[in-house]
Amino acid sequence: MTQLIEALSYPFVQRAIAAGVMISLCAALLGVILVLKQYSLIGHGLGDVGFASTSLAVALGLPVMAVSIPIVVVAACLIMFWSQRSKTGGDTAIGMVATGALSIGVIITAMSSGFNVDVNGYMFGSILAMSRDDVVFSVVLSIVILVLFILFYNRLFLITFDENFAKASGINVGFYQFLIALLTALTVVMGMRMMGSLLISSLIIFPAVIARKLVISFKAVAVLSVFLSVICFLAGLALSFEINLPTGASIVIINLLLLVTVTIFNKLRGK
Amino acid sequence: MTILEVKDVSVIYSDDKRVAVEHASFKIEAGEYACIIGSNGSGKSTLVKGIVGLVPITSGQVIHQLSPEQYAYLSQITEIERDFPATVREVVLTGMQRSARRFPFYTREDKKKAAEAMEMLSISDLADYRIGNLSGGQKQRVLLARALCREPKLLILDEPCAGLDPAITAEFYSLIDHINKEQGVTILMVSHDLDQVEQYASHIIMMNQTVEFDGDHDAWCRRCAEEGGHYHDTVN
Repeated sequence: MTQLIEALSYPFVQRAIAAGVMISLCAALLGVILVLKQYSLIGHGLGDVGFASTSLAVALGLPVMAVSIPIVVVAACLIMFWSQRSKTGGDTAIGMVATGALSIGVIITAMSSGFNVDVNGYMFGSILAMSRDDVVFSVVLSIVILVLFILFYNRLFLITFDENFAKASGINVGFYQFLIALLTALTVVMGMRMMGSLLISSLIIFPAVIARKLVISFKAVAVLSVFLSVICFLAGLALSFEINLPTGASIVIINLLLLVTVTIFNKLRGK
Repeated sequence: MTILEVKDVSVIYSDDKRVAVEHASFKIEAGEYACIIGSNGSGKSTLVKGIVGLVPITSGQVIHQLSPEQYAYLSQITEIERDFPATVREVVLTGMQRSARRFPFYTREDKKKAAEAMEMLSISDLADYRIGNLSGGQKQRVLLARALCREPKLLILDEPCAGLDPAITAEFYSLIDHINKEQGVTILMVSHDLDQVEQYASHIIMMNQTVEFDGDHDAWCRRCAEEGGHYHDTVN
């Protein structure tokens, strides 16, 4: 406990908490749509693309976010486009993009080993990885994502529930799909420094899956996902300080424990 | 008054070059209860999807006298995951969303109209239930309420009763008849249920890639008598 309190007094920890809460919030909201539309793996694929772009940025000595954002946004749009075009090809496309990107990232890292690169940090995250600029950027971007989500909430629900009815009502479904892809890409780029590119998708998937087991309306799932996501982030962070574990992995483990608990609870209730 | 005109429409699927609809033409007048019938694969569902813009039309024209705000579409019963988090009220309210509207939230007026539509279809007591837990007939009533709450002038339905049992189907057709007669909503429905069509429809269109028959109820009966049951066999 003392480690935890001591840690809280460091400015970099306070910054990480601020950014982490905001990122958890965005990831959880987008996760509700992605999980229900069965696009969960997009986050994972984009994490891998994020790894490649991080390796590239470090090798070239450029700021990570500036390089990653355009690359990941383009990848998100491509994956969304492929998923739409062929009914069964979506997960295949993600699989290829993800492993392809991962390989490119590994090759870039291997070729630029003189730079003393922290591959482990890219892949599994580090709370120390977030610079002051990263944090400011993440908080601002999160607020933008939140506002967009609230403004388009009704449309996003309609498209998640019934794309054909939306189309037949004259609504531009493609625009909202692009919006979802864009916001997911931004969330992945923000989150991958803290969570690691291989674990970022957990922030998107777990809260929505857990919330969906507990409440029945879409609005309730959205609100509860956000709440659970932030709680799990804080608990995971505390755990990682307490027994000196990697932050990203600790957050995933807390989410996993909560999912198991809720599943057992539902079984006992006979649901 | 003609509110919808289908003019020489053909639909060819781009992936396998299959001709689904070939040179189909007909007009729908305001106030009609029109039904499109035909055997499986006759292109009737594709044509309706073309009319509402879900499938691109290869050639020809669909002339809507109404804006997308003024018609509503009810599709075949689709699989809704049992645990999809969406309540009946949330789903019905989505019917109030319009492409042209800029204000992003539902108004009090929207909520009132959704409540009225649920009341009319006797599903008010299901408002806070999860839609995935309802029976097929109940689900279709919810989706019908969603289509009706925006007060459409034309209701386009694509085999709304496929997979429902006969009693529920009969009830659904009578409900549509009520909406047509009492509220003056024009109906364009793709259907497989010939008995119900003959009981209610004022305008019957028979498809077999192209339009094979297009006329009112009496003309249909005369034609059936001439053909000696051949039409019935084709549809069934």
